Amino acid sequence: MTLTAEVARSQGALRTFLHGLPGVDQVGAEQRAAMLGTRSIKTSAKAQALDLAIRMVDLTTLEGSDTPGKVRALCAKAMRPDPADATCPSAAAVCVYPAMIEAAADALRGSGVHLASVATAFPSGQAPLSVKLADTKAAVADGADEIDMVISRGAFLAGRYAEVHDEIAAVKQACGDAHLKVILETGELGTLDNVRRASWLAMLAGADFIKTSTGKVQPAATLPVTLVMLEAVRDFRAETGRIIGVKPAGGIRTAKDAIKYLVLVNETAGPDWLDPDRFRFGASTLLNDLLMQRTKLATGRYSGPDYFTLD
Amino acid sequence: MSTESPARLAVRKTYKLYIGGAFPRSESGRSYQVQSASGDFLANAALGSRKDVRDAVKAARAAVAKWSGATAYNRGQILYRVAEMLEGRRDQFVAEVAAAEGAGERDAAAIVDAAIDRWVWYAGWSDKIAQVHGGANPVAGPYFNLSAPEPTGVVGIVAPAASSLLGLISVVAPAIVTGNTVVVLASTERPLPAVTLGEVLATSDLPGGVVNVLTGSVAEMAPWLAAHMDVNAVDLTGVTDPTLGRELEVAAAENLKRVIRPSTPDWAADPGVSRMLSLLEIKTVWHPKGV
Amino acid sequence: MDFSYAPAPESRSIVDIRSSYGLFIGGEFVDGKGEAFKSINPASEETLAEIACADAADVDAAVAAARHAYDTVWGPMPGRERAKYLFRIARIIQERSRELAVLESLDNGKPIRESRDVDVPLVAAHFFYYAGWADKLAYAGFGPDPRPLGVAGQVIPWNFPLLMLAWKIAPALAAGNTVVLKPAETTPLTALLFAEICQQAELPPGVVNIITGAGETGRMLVEHPGVDKVAFTGSTEVGRAIAKAVAGTRKRLTLELGGKAANIVFDDAALDQAVEGVVNGIFFNQGHVCCAGSRLLLQESIAEDFLVALKRRMALLRVGDPLDKNTDVGAINSAAQLARIRELSQVGEQEGAERWSAPCELPDRGFWFAPTIFTGVTQAHRIAREEVFGPVLSVLTFRTPDEAVEKANNTPYGLSAGVWTEKGSRILNIADRLRAGVVWANTFNKFDPASPFGGYKESGYGREGGRHGLEAYLEH
Repeated sequence: MTLTAEVARSQGALRTFLHGLPGVDQVGAEQRAAMLGTRSIKTSAKAQALDLAIRMVDLTTLEGSDTPGKVRALCAKAMRPDPADATCPSAAAVCVYPAMIEAAADALRGSGVHLASVATAFPSGQAPLSVKLADTKAAVADGADEIDMVISRGAFLAGRYAEVHDEIAAVKQACGDAHLKVILETGELGTLDNVRRASWLAMLAGADFIKTSTGKVQPAATLPVTLVMLEAVRDFRAETGRIIGVKPAGGIRTAKDAIKYLVLVNETAGPDWLDPDRFRFGASTLLNDLLMQRTKLATGRYSGPDYFTLD
Repeated sequence: MSTESPARLAVRKTYKLYIGGAFPRSESGRSYQVQSASGDFLANAALGSRKDVRDAVKAARAAVAKWSGATAYNRGQILYRVAEMLEGRRDQFVAEVAAAEGAGERDAAAIVDAAIDRWVWYAGWSDKIAQVHGGANPVAGPYFNLSAPEPTGVVGIVAPAASSLLGLISVVAPAIVTGNTVVVLASTERPLPAVTLGEVLATSDLPGGVVNVLTGSVAEMAPWLAAHMDVNAVDLTGVTDPTLGRELEVAAAENLKRVIRPSTPDWAADPGVSRMLSLLEIKTVWHPKGV
Repeated sequence: MDFSYAPAPESRSIVDIRSSYGLFIGGEFVDGKGEAFKSINPASEETLAEIACADAADVDAAVAAARHAYDTVWGPMPGRERAKYLFRIARIIQERSRELAVLESLDNGKPIRESRDVDVPLVAAHFFYYAGWADKLAYAGFGPDPRPLGVAGQVIPWNFPLLMLAWKIAPALAAGNTVVLKPAETTPLTALLFAEICQQAELPPGVVNIITGAGETGRMLVEHPGVDKVAFTGSTEVGRAIAKAVAGTRKRLTLELGGKAANIVFDDAALDQAVEGVVNGIFFNQGHVCCAGSRLLLQESIAEDFLVALKRRMALLRVGDPLDKNTDVGAINSAAQLARIRELSQVGEQEGAERWSAPCELPDRGFWFAPTIFTGVTQAHRIAREEVFGPVLSVLTFRTPDEAVEKANNTPYGLSAGVWTEKGSRILNIADRLRAGVVWANTFNKFDPASPFGGYKESGYGREGGRHGLEAYLEH
């Protein structure tokens, strides 16, 4: 029996497995993350990192006030982030609410930029499973090729691991060919031990990516949380051979922050994860700062907001 | 107080309250005239109201988590920085103390120097009080047992009535070096050095709300402070009327505030650690020892 | 994608290294009468500066200057004034911190990230901490009016040059003593910059004297009849000699010597953080650490998996130019030390332990040693008993907590130990039973001026740091 099947066969087995994972010392994890944050990435390494980071951005808008017009502007930005510089790569994806998929699909057609939609009663996840599955199926049918779902944090914190597992597995099925990111909402999980457990739970249930946050709750992505998730995907690959991606989302605003995350990836899960198929940034304002830093490297001058588009 | 030549008019300072890191006027819009020891007009100071007290307590409470959560080293650094700023304002304080207390310049200078050194003395306590008044307890069983002092929270202080700087510093510093935040009611008659102290604190990396300075009538404001249910301790040192002192202590008893009673110590003497200890709670933690 | 970090060198230009330095005696730089020697950069073998050597007459002059300052200025000075001098020094250290960090890395070989983020901040913190005791000695628990001892002769090692200077000078001065300090032969430069800082702070002449030289200068200082108190950090061998030299005299002595610390990892440890702690424990500062976790005691049930993770982590260690901000492991401090590390590593192989290093490219010039582990080590091996003082880890296993404690304590040393387990009661039980002056649980190599540091048994006696650190410098 594979690890996945063996562990997921019952609530009891799942609980024993998850609670048997090694603990995470919070202070130690924070210090490791902070130390990696002191790496000095300059010149050619910086240029490389900035371009990679741009290619990893899931350019996001998740507001009640979103309209097709807003989404079209976002898509244009994702496809061509810097109108003044054709060498600038495109972003990885655009991330929107299900109601906006059609507008986005129209705008992105043929560009190679992915279309991610949130689903499963994002951001709270507080709806019946049938509604969440319908949400997912509709999003895929409308043209999303990536689905960002939320786990039931209430069930997780109450220890109902099998329920959380089965929900993820069901959503994965409803995704069809679309790839599934599972949002753990780490800001609500309380401890790094829980982040480790939730990461494993999501991977065992079939996630293609594990994602930190909805961006609607503080704290969102942090370096220590992402460190623990990167350790989890590293260990999961060692155990099963499968590579699962990681997406920190929310609160990553500057190029400096983004580069810290890339260093974290490089020295935790390893260079195999330095690829938009295995690591994404869920962000909106980050993109312009990446462009500004990219321009500064190219021209030698500090730039200003007037030179980058606001969408 | 200014020493410019007669042809140039000085820009006078306005003396406002210091709450939450900012300098508002009293919400009541009132002010009162502050006079020197010899009866000359010095300035109009804000006449604080019960709502100012309320706002100050709110600011002090909001500042507790960050200040008490800072490392002792960090608090010591900030207090030492305050001392640097005090030193920079030495002349201004000398002039204000001389005017307020009717002291000659030499005596006023000695007072100010003592006040700065007193502040430095307290700054050095932040990372030592736990070593002197905490420690492992050898209980009779396989248990680790540790007592450590923790700040009590928000402290209301009635500053000494006569000693407008040295006494003031001697009641404020011990409260904040231990991680508490304070609302201090300056001496009614001699409030100006307290406001200048607020200005020093505002330029010292001390987070807003850690110290809040209110000027005005102690008799009017103190009852509101002593009765406030979100204040953890009151230092009544500067209360000169024994009846008021007793009333304040009774009001404080409603939520069992820790109370420091009125007194007029010799401010020049070694203060000892009792003020700090009065504003600290000792927490004792047990843990079994076994493989 | 292969993400290799481009060179990120810290600039050397911030520090102005003179071509030659004199001795710092009585507040002035004066020529030494001994034969001058050179201090080199161990990462490149370039000469950094010519250093004066103090002979017997120089040592005499330094002790006399310290005595004079003690009798006439520092001894009578009230504590609150001494405090303010120490605060000034602390502040100037903070102001000149980048300069000090670069100089330390050049002279010692340690990575700039460590001198910048660990050494120099701790140096400033020590001066701040002890400044605050100078006017509170009555509360330190040594009586109502504890008096200083007089003149302290202090000899420090090359592994944390400026930090060891701070650990010696700050408490001595706070307690009211004056000092004559001899920095290590291979790392005098930050001590000499510190002398300039004393001048900038307008510290009264003679309160601090810095005399450079080699072992002979240190011996003369320690044996000088005008010295009331001796403090030494260095090898157990030399510590033993000093203890014999002061026997029968009135001199008080504290020693901080070698170690062979056990870092104990239990099966329920937080594994990723334990791996970090083990790596930090032996490879921080190139393993030139008296309290290094040089023996890894692994619970047998997790040994195999742990070693896989440990090796994977070691492969990420960046060995190279100390001034590159991304360097994790710098140069070995001297040719002599490198020879010793190589010798003991060969012994380890000969004894039958299995040797492993992560592949790394070492520069051609300079003194370098790749981080190395030996597995299959037992207590009977020399590499489990003798201090290597380099980036070499000996890995042993154990089955039960009792066995771990027994093995951890089975050494003449007793400086530090590490315990990794998520179980609180186990931490406290084991900590109780370890014969070591510092026990780190779920962490390692943590230092703070408020935390006492020192050893049991042949790791020395006396404590530095904390309230306890004052004891060595007071009559009581």
